[in-house]
Parts: sequence; C-alpha cells; structure tokens
Amino acid sequence: MPHLEVSDVRARYGSLEVLSGVSFTVDRGEVVALVGPSGSGKSTVLRLLVGLLPPSGGTVRVAGEPVDYRRAAMVRAVRDRMAIVFQQYNLFQNMDVLKNVTLAPVRIKGRDRREVEDLARRLLDRVGLGDKLHAYPDELSGGQQQRVAIARALAMQPEILLLDEVTSALDPELVNEVLEVIRDLAREGMTMILVSHEMAFVREIADRVVMMDKGSVVEEGPPAEILDNPRTARARDFFGKILRH
Amino acid sequence: MDRIIAQLPRFFSERNLILLLESAGLTLAMTALGCLIGFFLALVLVYLRKTPGLWALPLRLVCVAYVEVFRRIPFLVIVYLVLFFIQTVIRDASLFTVAVIAICLYATAYTAEIIRAGLESVPQQQIDAATAMNLGRFRTTLWVVLPQSMPVIVPPSVAFAVGFIKDTALVSQVGVFELTFRGKELNNQGFSAVLVFGTIAFVYFLMSWPLSLYGQYLETRLAAPRSQRRPRKIRQS
Repeated sequence: MPHLEVSDVRARYGSLEVLSGVSFTVDRGEVVALVGPSGSGKSTVLRLLVGLLPPSGGTVRVAGEPVDYRRAAMVRAVRDRMAIVFQQYNLFQNMDVLKNVTLAPVRIKGRDRREVEDLARRLLDRVGLGDKLHAYPDELSGGQQQRVAIARALAMQPEILLLDEVTSALDPELVNEVLEVIRDLAREGMTMILVSHEMAFVREIADRVVMMDKGSVVEEGPPAEILDNPRTARARDFFGKILRH
Repeated sequence: MDRIIAQLPRFFSERNLILLLESAGLTLAMTALGCLIGFFLALVLVYLRKTPGLWALPLRLVCVAYVEVFRRIPFLVIVYLVLFFIQTVIRDASLFTVAVIAICLYATAYTAEIIRAGLESVPQQQIDAATAMNLGRFRTTLWVVLPQSMPVIVPPSVAFAVGFIKDTALVSQVGVFELTFRGKELNNQGFSAVLVFGTIAFVYFLMSWPLSLYGQYLETRLAAPRSQRRPRKIRQS
C-alpha cells in the first residue's frame, strides 16, 4: 500500500481550474520529484496536501485512510504527518532560530520543551547551523534560512516532507548547501515530495519523477526513463528545452 | 498687557496651580485609559472582522459598520450620546466614566483601521507557514502576525493617542473637570482670557510634545531589524 495516494485530485482558484485530475503515489521512504513548467500546478499539489488550498474533487489517502479536507480535525491530523518547506523559507521573522524550530512541537504538539530543544539543537547542528540558535532570520543568508526552515519542518517529525522549490529563491552559490541537506535526508530514507527545477539533482536523488503540465500529470517513471527517454511529446519538449545546455 | 501682569501673582497661586495640575492629570488619564482600552477593543474588533466563513457574515458586517459609522460622527456628538445614554442606564455614572467611554468608542473605530492595515502588512506566506504547522487563526495572529505588525501599528496608534490629548478638550462641554473646563472656570473668575487660555495651551503642549518625541523614538526603534532590538547586555568588568 502506498503511503500517500493522490487520485484524480482537482482544485480551483475561483473559476480557474489549477489542478484537473492529478494522480500519483508515494511509497514509504521514497523520494518523488514533481517537475514541469511554471504554472503546471506542482506547488499547488503541495499546498493542497497540507490543507492550504481545499481540493474541489478527487481523493487523497494517507496510509490508506481517505482525507476529508472539509473537516478541520482531519486537516489538522494530516498536517501532523506532513511538513512543508517553502520556496521563500517563511521563517517567522519575529522569532530567533531556536524559537522558529521549537514553536510548533512545544506549543502545538505539546511535547516537552527540553526534549524538543535538544532535538532542535541536533537538527540545527546537522544542517550546519548549530552556532546560530539565537540569530534572527534577518541575520542569516538565504541558504541558512532555508536550512533552518528544513530543520523546523523536521522538528515536527513528519512522515512525509514536502519541499516546494526550496532552492529557487537562493543565490547560485547557496544552492548546494541546501541540496546537501536534502541529499542526506534522502539517504536516511525520509519520504519526500520534491518540487524542483534542479534536474541534475532530481536525477540524482529522486526514485520517481512525476511530470506535470497544465494541472495534470503528463508522464511518470524513474528519472532515467523520464528525463532521458520521455514517451510523450510534451515531456520531450520540456526536457529538451531545459536539459540541453 | 498691564492687566495680565497685574494678575500674574494671583493667577499662579498655589491653589490654581494644583487645580491646573489636577485637571492636566485628568486629561492625561482620560486619554490614556480611553485610548488603551480602545486599542484592545480594536484588536478584538479587527480579529472578529476577519472571521472567515459565511456564517460570520453578519458579524463582519457589524464590525465594518461600527468602524465606518463611528469614524464619521464628530467626537462631541459621541460624547453627548454617551452622556445621555449612560444616564438612562446608570443614574449616577460619573462624568469621568462618560468621557472615558466616549474616548474609548472613538479610539476603537480609529485604531481598528490602523490595526487592520498593520495586520495586512504581514506577508501571506508567514500565515501559510503557521497554518501548515497547525497554528490556527488565533495563535497565528497572536504569535506571528501581531508581533510582526507592531512596527506598523504602534507609531500611528501613539500618534493618534497623543493627538487625542488635545481633542479631549471637547468633553469640557459636558462638565468634566479637565483642563479646558478649568480654564473656562478661571476665566469666569475674572482672569484674563489670554492669560488663562495661553497657560492652558502651554500645558497641552507640554503634555503632547514629550509623548510625540517618544512616539518618534518608538518608530525608529521598531523599524530597526529585530536582531538589533535586543536589550544590550551590560559588560562585566
């Protein structure tokens, strides 16, 4: 049984349909990359999964259980199992690094503060920011902020980590420090859904690639297959444009 | 002019000075109390006004109507309304209470707009991040949005309150013993109007000026990045 199953999911912003029947699955420990042109709905899928945008149709199953996004209690339960990292980091500007990481586990999940702080220290150490516990976001570079954001998501101890173009807002020389962290997580068997334009990275760490266009899935399969021998004309066109340098 | 100089010693008698000080204190107390309570009521009002969902539509309409109506009524009219309304409910309500309630009603409507603009200045992504972490609307507002909007909210709110110190002169109309009321009294006792109201004007200025400076200080302090706002540690030698 796949850990996450998205089937025929639809969503709309007002009258505009942004997802018109998206289906894919994610197994436990798998890294799935969502790729495709801007506006294809990749980020929307992630936003929908954590309940930031209600689906207008289709079903999402987590560990076999269908999720009813109209029920607040169910949405909260889903958010307990998934954590999202955003393109713009979205660290809380009014809190220092440690507070950013510990806030939700302590105040929302009600876990022991000391325990969570220990975990936060370990996580921040691991992303290379063990010395920045009391820095504020505006004192950190984009790459550092994004690593804090990843630590913050991990502190929630999610079953699935959603990464929404986490390197797109970074200066080129800061991209690698963030990718290194994600590479590490993949090695440890973290279940992840990754929206990314870094094709070389996708090829390296993704178990499966799902290519989207205009709100639906065009093609999916292992990276080697999808990136190098796409079956559909749309995918050939897309990868042809971005991989040819 | 000679008359004014002749009146000086008698005007600045101990009794009159105490009277002036007391009424100045009353003016400040009214303003501070009214604006402070008004500020918190405005927070509640704005929070209610942003309640999502169709069921909350009447609630949102009431909040919008309150702000729009009270910002368009002259303060003096509010004072009279409160005075006559309160007297039908509580027979022996003090005029001070009436004044504070009137200021409160007015300040709530005005600061609500300041607060709303402040809350809306916080990027939606901050709210998304909090929501995805299950913070909920109340906690997101309290822990994430409100602290970040303080630099936008506090300076104009302080400016409003400071500006209101002088506008409270209007409550002298209903007989609160505040500064302007005392001025009229002293004037009636035969002191020169120029002398009396000149002094009163000066006292208003003395009350407002340092507070405006404090407001400007707050503005620069709050505008600084959070990291530079930490209290300085005293170095041990």
